[in-house]
Amino acid sequence: MLTGTPQSEEFGAKVSPPPYVTKGEDNQTGRHSDVAVIALNDAPWVDHVRRIHADRDQRAFRELFDHFAPRVKAFLMKSGASEALAEECTQEVMATLWNKSHLFNPERASVATWIFTIARNRKIDALRKQRRPEPEDLTWGPEAEPDQADVMVLQQECSRLSAAVKSLPDKQRELIERAFFGDLSHSEIAAETGLPLGTIKSRIRLALERLRRDMK
Amino acid sequence: MSVRHQVTDDVLTAYATGDLPEAFNLVVASHVSLCDEARVRLETMEALGGAVLDDLSGESMSYGSFEATMRLISERPKEAIKAEVVRKSCDVLPGPLMDYVGGNLDDINWRPLGMGAKQVILKSSLEANVRLLYIPSGAAMPDHGHTGIEMTLVLQGAFIDGDERFARGDIEIANEELEHTPIADIGEDCICLAATNAPLKFSGLLPRIAQPFLRI
Repeated sequence: MLTGTPQSEEFGAKVSPPPYVTKGEDNQTGRHSDVAVIALNDAPWVDHVRRIHADRDQRAFRELFDHFAPRVKAFLMKSGASEALAEECTQEVMATLWNKSHLFNPERASVATWIFTIARNRKIDALRKQRRPEPEDLTWGPEAEPDQADVMVLQQECSRLSAAVKSLPDKQRELIERAFFGDLSHSEIAAETGLPLGTIKSRIRLALERLRRDMK
Repeated sequence: MSVRHQVTDDVLTAYATGDLPEAFNLVVASHVSLCDEARVRLETMEALGGAVLDDLSGESMSYGSFEATMRLISERPKEAIKAEVVRKSCDVLPGPLMDYVGGNLDDINWRPLGMGAKQVILKSSLEANVRLLYIPSGAAMPDHGHTGIEMTLVLQGAFIDGDERFARGDIEIANEELEHTPIADIGEDCICLAATNAPLKFSGLLPRIAQPFLRI
């Protein structure tokens, strides 16, 4: 179990600590002067996924596992899975994450969002026992590396959204959570809670427009 | 591509959280494949899903869970390679629909409905059914007997319903209260994907989707 202990990093720059550890200093309105600091605070886990993809880095995977596996399990149990089924599915979700780490696109989603979609698909598969038709992929051209500045802005927006969810009054947070467990009417979540969905929407729109342009 | 009639928030969010029957999932996945703005809205909801997941207090994993996951990975190392299959849409059918048809438009085994109209029923879970409809230009849609929610996505040509015109990528969501007689627009034969829920298999979610329309 020693593998779970974070140690000094050998891969150099932009290694994320577990997210939100620095939440206190990470004020939402202030701009960080240094890009590396922004990466540290606002792009949690992105570098972990890169290390899993590029280096098959088990330690990065372990840290990611320790943070996300319990949350994925909670998500599945709240969606109606038994403890045993949730445990089994969570292991499969985490294995999928390892196997598909090359598909993660930090210009389009946070790591948490990507894991959410994998967990949701597993939920449909295991709980609803159905196929999951997915929208057509918008694949990147062979040359199209994600733009680092765009990655940073999107990841920052995701962190802002995450922080906003965490700071909602309990009642509203509960409302949103229940919507995601298929337990509540979903309409007008943004309108009712004032979450900053507008800005993240425009970031995602820009990324898609760029993608369409690149594909022409 | 200018899609004028997009999927509603409620349906899109239920798709994002994995709470729709398969037949409706197929319509939404096809719609999102054809409508970038719906894709932006979907990915925004998924971003919120990621934030919610990250905010959950986790359920503790079983002893040896990480090691079990690593075993899963070493036992099934080929998963990543299998996922690389790139779907290419044909001119009419978006990618997710091609999976269900098992090919492109030419591969469809149409069944005649009379007056030149034809259909093919696609295989999906029992809660709802989904079919492709082919309506000659200028003809009225045959009675396809929806008793609950009906979602219709236009893939080729257009249809007119009352004052509204629905063209490629547009989605119409109707319930049984809405009396309508869609007519295929002149100019081109109309091909639609239509899903309705089977009334005997009424799932818990559907009344929630129905709600906004019941107020009409």
